[in-house]
Amino acid sequence: MSTGEAPKQIGSLSFGLMDPEEYREMSATKVITADTYDDDGFPIDMGLMDPRLGVIDPGLECKTCGQHSGSCNGHFGHIELAAPVIHVGFQKLIRRLLRGTCRECSRLLLTEDEADEFRDRLDKTRSLGEDLGDVTKAAIRRARKASNCPHCGEKQYDIQHEKPTTYYEVQDVLSAEYSERIAAAMEGRPVGDEEEGEVDREPMGPTDLAEETGIDTSRIQDILSGEFRPTKEDREALEKALDVDLTEEDMNKLMPSDIRDWFEDIPDYDIETLGIDAEKSRPEWIILTVLPVPPVTARPSITLDNGQRSEDDLTHKLVDIIRINQRFMENREAGAPQLIIEDLWELLQYHVTTFMDNEISGTPPARHRSGRPLKTLSQRLKGKEGRFRGSLSGKRVNFSARTVISPDPTLSLNEVGVPDRVASEMTQTMNVNARNLQDARRYVANGPETHPGANYVRRPDGRRLKVTEKNCEELAEKVDPGWEVSRHLIDGDIVIFNRQPSLHRMSIMAHEVVVMPYKTFRLNTVVCPPYNADFDGDEMNMHALQNEEARAEARVLMRVQEQILSPRFGENIIGAIQDHISGMYLLTHDNPRFNETQALDLLRATSVDGLPEPDGTDEDGLEYWTGRSVFSELLPEDLNMEFEGTLGEPVVIEDGQLVEGTIAEDEVGEFGGEIVDTITKVYGNTRSRVFINEVATLAMRSIMHFGISVSIDDESVDSEAEDRIQEAIDNAYERVQELIETYEAGELESLPGRTTDETLEMKIMQTLGRARDSAGDIADERLDEDNPAVVMARSGARASMLNLTQMSACVGQQAVRGERINRGYEDRTLSHYKKDDLSADAHGFVESSYRQGLNPQEFFFHAMGGREGLVDTAVRTSKSGYLQRRLINALSELESQYDGTVRDTSDTVVQFEFGEDGTSTTQVAHDEENPIDVDDIAARVMNAEFTDETERESFLKGDTLQTNLSEHQDTWRTGASSPEVESDD
Amino acid sequence: MTDAEVKTVVQETELPKRLREEVYDAVEEHNASVEEAQDIATAVESRYLATRLDPLDPVGTVSAQSIGEPGTQMTMNTFHYAGVAEIDVTSGLPRLIELVDARKTPDTPVMHVYLDEEHAHDREKAHEVVWNIEATRILALGDVSTNVADMLVSVDLNEETLRERWPTYDSLGEIVDEVAGTIESNLGVETTRPEPTTIEFGPDEPSYRELLQLVEELRDIVFKGIDDVSRVVIRKEEVESGDEEFILHTEGSAFGKALKIDGVDSSRTTCNNIHEIHRNLGIEAAREAIINETRDTLEEQGLDNVNIRHLMLVADIMTNNGEIESIGRHGISGNKDSVLARAAFEVTVNHLLDAAIHGEVDDLDGVTENVIVGKPIKLGTGDVDLRMGGSAPTSADD
Repeated sequence: MSTGEAPKQIGSLSFGLMDPEEYREMSATKVITADTYDDDGFPIDMGLMDPRLGVIDPGLECKTCGQHSGSCNGHFGHIELAAPVIHVGFQKLIRRLLRGTCRECSRLLLTEDEADEFRDRLDKTRSLGEDLGDVTKAAIRRARKASNCPHCGEKQYDIQHEKPTTYYEVQDVLSAEYSERIAAAMEGRPVGDEEEGEVDREPMGPTDLAEETGIDTSRIQDILSGEFRPTKEDREALEKALDVDLTEEDMNKLMPSDIRDWFEDIPDYDIETLGIDAEKSRPEWIILTVLPVPPVTARPSITLDNGQRSEDDLTHKLVDIIRINQRFMENREAGAPQLIIEDLWELLQYHVTTFMDNEISGTPPARHRSGRPLKTLSQRLKGKEGRFRGSLSGKRVNFSARTVISPDPTLSLNEVGVPDRVASEMTQTMNVNARNLQDARRYVANGPETHPGANYVRRPDGRRLKVTEKNCEELAEKVDPGWEVSRHLIDGDIVIFNRQPSLHRMSIMAHEVVVMPYKTFRLNTVVCPPYNADFDGDEMNMHALQNEEARAEARVLMRVQEQILSPRFGENIIGAIQDHISGMYLLTHDNPRFNETQALDLLRATSVDGLPEPDGTDEDGLEYWTGRSVFSELLPEDLNMEFEGTLGEPVVIEDGQLVEGTIAEDEVGEFGGEIVDTITKVYGNTRSRVFINEVATLAMRSIMHFGISVSIDDESVDSEAEDRIQEAIDNAYERVQELIETYEAGELESLPGRTTDETLEMKIMQTLGRARDSAGDIADERLDEDNPAVVMARSGARASMLNLTQMSACVGQQAVRGERINRGYEDRTLSHYKKDDLSADAHGFVESSYRQGLNPQEFFFHAMGGREGLVDTAVRTSKSGYLQRRLINALSELESQYDGTVRDTSDTVVQFEFGEDGTSTTQVAHDEENPIDVDDIAARVMNAEFTDETERESFLKGDTLQTNLSEHQDTWRTGASSPEVESDD
Repeated sequence: MTDAEVKTVVQETELPKRLREEVYDAVEEHNASVEEAQDIATAVESRYLATRLDPLDPVGTVSAQSIGEPGTQMTMNTFHYAGVAEIDVTSGLPRLIELVDARKTPDTPVMHVYLDEEHAHDREKAHEVVWNIEATRILALGDVSTNVADMLVSVDLNEETLRERWPTYDSLGEIVDEVAGTIESNLGVETTRPEPTTIEFGPDEPSYRELLQLVEELRDIVFKGIDDVSRVVIRKEEVESGDEEFILHTEGSAFGKALKIDGVDSSRTTCNNIHEIHRNLGIEAAREAIINETRDTLEEQGLDNVNIRHLMLVADIMTNNGEIESIGRHGISGNKDSVLARAAFEVTVNHLLDAAIHGEVDDLDGVTENVIVGKPIKLGTGDVDLRMGGSAPTSADD
């Protein structure tokens, strides 16, 4: 980067067409030979690989700028086309211009007043920033109506466009059978298509005719004999005198050269009425006379393994163009017949057309020898992998890594475990100064292979040196203030971590590095929900930040703890998950007692380093602590809360003590766990991070203390319950049968707006749904409170009671498209059933439970339902992906301003106050009307229960929450960074 | 009344009106002094400011993500029953896409017609309104038979239905006159009445084809009600005030026509076609409709936790220029100022070619353009001119 040049910054981009002269001027060479390389493998002069067009082979020198490949961007060349050709991209514009301008004087076919009107409209639309297309199209439509030019009076003809590049003028020309027609008219006979008696014509002799038209009698004779074609004036005179139409419609093909001549005469003023910038884009420039040849660097050829060169698609296309161009010129010089010239012209047009765009409808695409359509200019720009979306909007970066992720509960949620080999590859730049000189030298001395080492150094003179195993000791001594050292990632560095699909901003968060052995990225399980990650083989990306501003921003704004609250619903998205929740449930539900050793063991991984007063003593006189008081140790001391918990029972926290209630999903869970949410909003993100980390570790200890496992037996119910379940299902079968019978007797009353068929289906579905529910209820009664599956379902850790029902009682009705299964064979679902059997089991009711196992028909129906789910997911991801892309594209420029308005980047106000009240969606939960309890504040002010002025002050002004810079701040500062694994516990 | 001093104290804070009112209430309730009132106001203000949105927050992207992300969790199942099992309504992701596309007509247009005091509580009265809304076609009124021998179409009207559907008419004859009149004016035929409730007519010249043609056309004639409304369902529902009222749910919508019908409470009646609402009630109502429809769609899918402010922003940008613009290449994205931004979204080549002939200049203000040319974007931290100095400050005061 330090080439001494000022960084180039683009201020604005101006678009326009290029003058052919400009093409010639910027061209490095004219290209006349269709060949690329000679037999020795050297580029041919004035060929398509001319070294003046830039170089791609390493070692060669560009003949235009003298630079080598890599630094030379390449230079354009040009081809002088033998005849003008049309630029396909502008086919519609050409048609419009031909229709809207005079064929004779090329003026716009509008009167001055009309033109002024359209110019005014154009200015207005432009100032409103709206689409100009509507106005210009209206102008053309108006101009097209004129049958004669308002300026020169010339008659105008209709223009027909044969896609893509042929234009015809529909003209009235003298009919081929003019002599017959005149003769017929003179005799008073009907002419051409006229029917007898339709036209009333007096017979007229040649002399009378000559007199009336003013044409010589001899000339009239000549005309009648077909020896002389009447001139335009004569024809009109004859037509008038004889009241006869001597013309017929003819398509006169407009050659590109004609069009070019036509356009050249259009005055600038008229062009601007059509919304075209005459300064930048003259219309004749859309008819190409010179074709720019892209630099070699834009169409590099590749050398295959066998030494053969394979040329780029663009080069192939250019070869075609040059060949035809050459042939065209030769033929023309040799004076070839017009027909052959026109054919060649068309061929040239085809090649130039496909060079620009190879997906024009109506034109067969140019193909590679293998039959694959060529990827020409338009195809390079278009679409997801095109230049715009693929290369310009999406960029590849250095300093990034990707590998499989795995869980590590010992890490803080802010951290990420980085494999040592990744850490040694990705570097951070240290600006060496007196204070970090020792560190810098140590890193360099370690070399590139040993972990906290360095890969490169840069001397103050700008020279970059690679640190190797051999020179590291030597280099380390030379390192002095003013040097730059690219050192390995070490513990405490900030990196960006991401999992695709990046659907929301929590998909990219900043983590602190903890260097670890082995090959996977490690993360705390509580950050799985925001990333939507699991460990079944997911991979994630890491990016090392390369400047101080980026690192500061990442640390302050992007760190995981700053993202605990989701802007979507304003509650915490990070919290306890799965086993954490089961663990907390086991710890607090029955409020079990623990002796000192057990209590300390539970809390050993947290920052709590002492037990509170025991809750009491047991029969043996031993002190005990309850689960709730152990949990309470994690809570902020002055926390007061009361709300309805997961189990529908109240949860009460008084002064940081859990007095009543069970801690489960709605308390500390991932999406809106009340306690986590409150702590984050009241005590700040740092306190919340500590709380979540400690809840997770405590829960893990707790679940290890109690133990949890699930087996098939846990889902089985006794035979009595099984009988009752069977009875419930049999009852349902009976009721279904009754329904079918009423239906078949034609007595079923249909619901309003439904047919009887639909009514029957709905009623059967209802009955069977209820049957499954009651079967589930029976099974539910039999499953113990401490059944591990029940614990998980109740606490909200995983699974639901429905899943339990399906496992132990009855799987229930399988549905496709929200209906019972109705497809398969004619009038039946499977050949196992009779035709038109409406019964439950013939339409996908699965009576068995998963534990019992499904019979073959049931299994098949179940697979049908399952398949629908899979298809649904596949369709959904693509649809919602596109929806999200459109939403982001439409809204991405909106930003809130200091004055509270929401504006886009061109300063258009979209909202005067965001969300009508200017509150942040992270701070205010989606269902909260007013998060500020004015009454409570007033009460506290009135009671004035402040111990001192500072407390009062902090109450009034609100706590300024400290930004915690790093979890490892202290250890890191003292230089105690060691490759050893450290955790914050 | 709150005394003036307290008022000035509170006025000086940056509190919005709603919170000011609450502070006044609290001051009054606790009988606070001016100093105490000052304290209360300050404390409330500090908490209020903490919940304010940060300046330079890229709210657009956040809102887009907040709506797009739950989209992945929605079902593709198109239909659900609007409350009752009677009317199918598009829901889930297809409905959301339909809304942001700003389609001219929704897949399943429906109206929810509320009735005024007079008609809302009486089923009979409510039915009167129904007959004015629901399109009545011939098959609902009686039987149609063709008499090929005499080349006649004969309509046998059901007396009961007629009296039910035209309750304001006194005599049956009048009603039959009305029906016959409608047939005559629509089909251009003469009708005869062999019996009081039978109408007969035939083609001018005997033609079997024309006879059948007449029957076909007869089926399409709307005798009463609104053409576009094929079905109306009456339901008794609890409304916001807690009362129970009869509410009409229609399949098919013609919002403008429905509002003008006697007995319809036009202040509460809604439909799910945002363009119809725009035409009849204006752009602000359309904005409100977009918010409500998107929210209902999300809620129905169990995604009720999306903050409504995100939906507001989407509705606001869709209605920003006074008309409903869709989100996508025919709307907002296609009308951006920047050539590069448009080219990077969709139909790349055409945008570039058009830009060339119009001689457009891209000032590189937006996000996409700056990503393309490699400049920092003007959002969030990129909108602040603040950077770390290359050297340490020379003295303490700079």
